[in-house]
Amino acid sequence: MELRKNSGAIKWALILLCFVFLAVFLLLPLFYIVITALRDGISGYINAITDEYALKAVWLTVQATLWAVIINTIFGISAAWLLTKYSFRGKKILSTFIDLPVTVSPIIAGLIYVLTFGRQGVLYDYLDPLGIQIIFAVPGIVLATIFVTFPFISRELIPVLTAQGVDEEEAAALMGAGTFTIFRKVTLPHIKWALLYGVVLCTARAMGEFGAVSVLSGHLRGKTNTLPLYIELLYQGYDFTGAFASSSILVVMAVIVLILRLIIEKKGKKELDNKK
Amino acid sequence: MKRKNIIPGYGLTFGITLTILSLIVVIPLCSLVVFTSRLSLPEFLYTVSRPRVLSGYFVSISTAFIASAVNAVMGFILAWVLVRYDFPGKRFLDGIIELPFALPTAVAGISLTHLTTTNGWVGKFFYDLFGIKIAYTRLGITIALIFIGIPFVVRSVQPVLEKIDIQYEEAAMILGADSRMIFRKVIFPEILPSLISGFTLAFARCIGEYGSVVFIAGNTPYETEIAPLLIMSELQEFDYTAATSIALVMLAIAFVILSVNAVLQSVVSRRISGLA
Repeated sequence: MELRKNSGAIKWALILLCFVFLAVFLLLPLFYIVITALRDGISGYINAITDEYALKAVWLTVQATLWAVIINTIFGISAAWLLTKYSFRGKKILSTFIDLPVTVSPIIAGLIYVLTFGRQGVLYDYLDPLGIQIIFAVPGIVLATIFVTFPFISRELIPVLTAQGVDEEEAAALMGAGTFTIFRKVTLPHIKWALLYGVVLCTARAMGEFGAVSVLSGHLRGKTNTLPLYIELLYQGYDFTGAFASSSILVVMAVIVLILRLIIEKKGKKELDNKK
Repeated sequence: MKRKNIIPGYGLTFGITLTILSLIVVIPLCSLVVFTSRLSLPEFLYTVSRPRVLSGYFVSISTAFIASAVNAVMGFILAWVLVRYDFPGKRFLDGIIELPFALPTAVAGISLTHLTTTNGWVGKFFYDLFGIKIAYTRLGITIALIFIGIPFVVRSVQPVLEKIDIQYEEAAMILGADSRMIFRKVIFPEILPSLISGFTLAFARCIGEYGSVVFIAGNTPYETEIAPLLIMSELQEFDYTAATSIALVMLAIAFVILSVNAVLQSVVSRRISGLA
């Protein structure tokens, strides 16, 4: 068709523009991290990432990410099921609240937890006598991580469940299946790729969260420093090789996330086509 | 028609959803409300009208606006190229657009900073050739925000562009429209709502962005100090009143932006469907 053919020069100019734009803004920073990380040779790199504090930061990041994925998966499945299988009052308000965490600045997310659990906070007088410390401790980091990734899984599941409707679940219920049987045998096969996709997105965001965690951490080296905070610490101490070496761990994770995303999208699409 | 829902699990999913939602989102938000009700109005007004705070808002909003405008243009071109053209490397281009979501903001921040200081690969080039400094200026902040905002516009325009029926363009061409006219009268009105909402999402996200900006900003008061950083520094001095006041204005700004988007969406879609 003419519109698509006559603009050969424009077409290639636009394609070139896109490649240059993404190369400068996305690929250059990515490669720069890897190159700077390896500046002092392989042994310098290995020393930097096997540093005691680096390993502790990695472990804390893994913990916070696991918690975020577990809680948000439980929440995501149950909220998506609730919002798509039943009609009840207050549905709109509920979904607004679920989406709220991603619309506020990470710093404000951290702030509201400080206001809740901090020394002047609303719940401090109840929790302190029990010896429960939330902010400037690991639980605060975990909570902040859950908060910033809160809607990631439910948001992937809701469109799939809406499209699927309720007929199959109703049939299963009429035949006497219980909640968990219906979920496992009827619903889960429909949502498994969307669920996996949500988990991947949640993992990516959780391991990289900086602002909210930074407010709540207290920056105790080896205790409450996640990997992104540890990177900040090294960078501010002018240990650039160390900062970029630690960053390269997260770069590898980011690239894995992007590849997984493509694979999951392809598999999900294939399954959808097979059904048609 | 209302009928009785026979799918089991309503109580269970309702309970789980509400419990987790309350713990993670509702209670912390309530404490923000409680804390706000304790603020005195003169004190609030004094805090948020300090020149340094006003300049923080201005820096955040202006850089976020420019970055989102750049992304609206580039995002549209990227979506267009990805939907309408075939070329080698297309899947790769499509895959890396999501990188800013996957790469932790702090990692992006230190990499962009290091690249754009007057000693860095990119910064040296611009400084020697044009005398332009990038890192530690508002230009640097804008660059970091462009990085963060790339996926928003692309991902909101792309699906709409894919769905436009080729018949409309064919009809327009048979009726004698040239390709520029087809673009202006047929294609552009269709994608305008998605372009606006992509821009708005990027804008709202960029105003609250912290991790990628703190490193490249240099954080000079009145020059490159962003509003989230002001909240952060008040928190570090344990001045929760000031931090909350600044945060409330930011929440109000985000709310206004999202509302303007909602209004624009309904105006534009009414215009397209010919009701206005």
